[in-house]
Amino acid sequence: MTGEAIAFYILAAVTLGSAVVVVTSGNIVHSAAALVPGFLGVTGLYILLNAEFVAGIQVLIYAGAITVLILFAIMLTEGGTGLGGRQRNEQALVGATVAAAMAVLLIIVATRTGWTAGGGTLPPYTPGAIGQSFLRQNILVFEGTSIVLLVSLMGAIMTARRED
Amino acid sequence: MGWISDVLRAIVGTIIIFSAVAFIAVMFGVLLERKISAWMQSRLGPKHVGPQGLLQTLADTIKLLQKENIVPARADKVIFASAVIVVPLAALLDYVVIPFGTTRSGPLIFRDLNIGVLYFAATSSLVVVGILMAGWGSNNKYALLGGMRSAAQMVTYEIPMGLALVTVALVAGSLSTVTIVNGQARLWYIVTQPVAFLVFLVAATAEVNRVPFDLVEAESELVAGYFSEYSGMRFALFQLGEYGEMFAMAAMAVTLFLGGWRGPVLPPVVWFVVKLYALIFVFMWVRWTYPRFRIDQMLNFSWKILIPVSVLNLVVTAFFAVVAHR
Repeated sequence: MTGEAIAFYILAAVTLGSAVVVVTSGNIVHSAAALVPGFLGVTGLYILLNAEFVAGIQVLIYAGAITVLILFAIMLTEGGTGLGGRQRNEQALVGATVAAAMAVLLIIVATRTGWTAGGGTLPPYTPGAIGQSFLRQNILVFEGTSIVLLVSLMGAIMTARRED
Repeated sequence: MGWISDVLRAIVGTIIIFSAVAFIAVMFGVLLERKISAWMQSRLGPKHVGPQGLLQTLADTIKLLQKENIVPARADKVIFASAVIVVPLAALLDYVVIPFGTTRSGPLIFRDLNIGVLYFAATSSLVVVGILMAGWGSNNKYALLGGMRSAAQMVTYEIPMGLALVTVALVAGSLSTVTIVNGQARLWYIVTQPVAFLVFLVAATAEVNRVPFDLVEAESELVAGYFSEYSGMRFALFQLGEYGEMFAMAAMAVTLFLGGWRGPVLPPVVWFVVKLYALIFVFMWVRWTYPRFRIDQMLNFSWKILIPVSVLNLVVTAFFAVVAHR
């Protein structure tokens, strides 16, 4: 086994293990905290794929900001004591069936697809290339996303203001 | 089997970073803090252990190591214990991208990542998670209040800091710390980017929760804030995280604005250390000179002054960068 494969299996195990804690833990703070190793495992996978810039953003936004936001929301919410939460309801069986069917479908599709390696080589300095792509070929998507973010920002401010 | 040597190198690097940060940054930093505060208040400071009190913090560390590890009865034990790992880990990770000097075979750095500055912002943002976990896990109202304040404060001050980092990256044309230092061969960026330097310094002070932004551990209202309940070795690890983060911030400021290892006559590493300790002195000087902000003043200061100023600075810099390229 190559080092890359070993690293992949370790990272996959970390990611999946913490994901299981996130969805099964009865303590909502534990669930939120378990997101951190999950996100960091995904970061490791990005690094294995030479996507350093995406990996950096993943840590900055997901592990650093989103987790803090979730923890903050839990701690500010009434009744968010973290204890006694139940993550399952009467529909557990239906949910499990749907999830299993979905998994089977995905595995079939993934194994039947002939994966070809993409052509060309990586640019030596990816952040620059990503910026160029955002502001040239994909400018419409980029600006569209910016507008969506701006609108949700203004919406959040309006919602917060109305309470005073 | 190249990967085995990579893994070994990573382990050795971790040990080097940990011991260097523990001895040079934390133990010496705490001693320096006490000596400088004593000097500013016309006292003598630690004087009895070792020559001129030099071994005082070593003695304190050994004392902390021997102390009992107390976990509050109703604490969330898993969160309480794992918070101790997150805070120092995030601080230690910062050092991977800091170039300490240069040798004949290239710059002295653990990894010259081509996303260096972004990496630094990302790892230093992980500290908040640890502080929130510590505040929550202790099951203590003072600790929780400290943790909440810290989250509000660090998330707020991350934005101006990130904008200052982006401005420098824009001027240097790269996110790599080595390229940024090389870009300062003729002129330090503190001359061309004084606003970004000030913004970075203020935001860094807030990020490491030092006076005048130390609301997180405001002794008069919150006992010791998020680490009120920690004792012994765990307390020492929080100190390691805090001082490690302060030294990392100072080292980053040296790299970005003060020309890194560059300087005449003396060897590069010496220049780096001199500049680093000059900035550390500024941090300590500020700590023992200014009173603490109120929480609303502090948040307003970031959102209404620092962020607009740094956005403006970024836009102006971007304009001149484009003009210069034409």
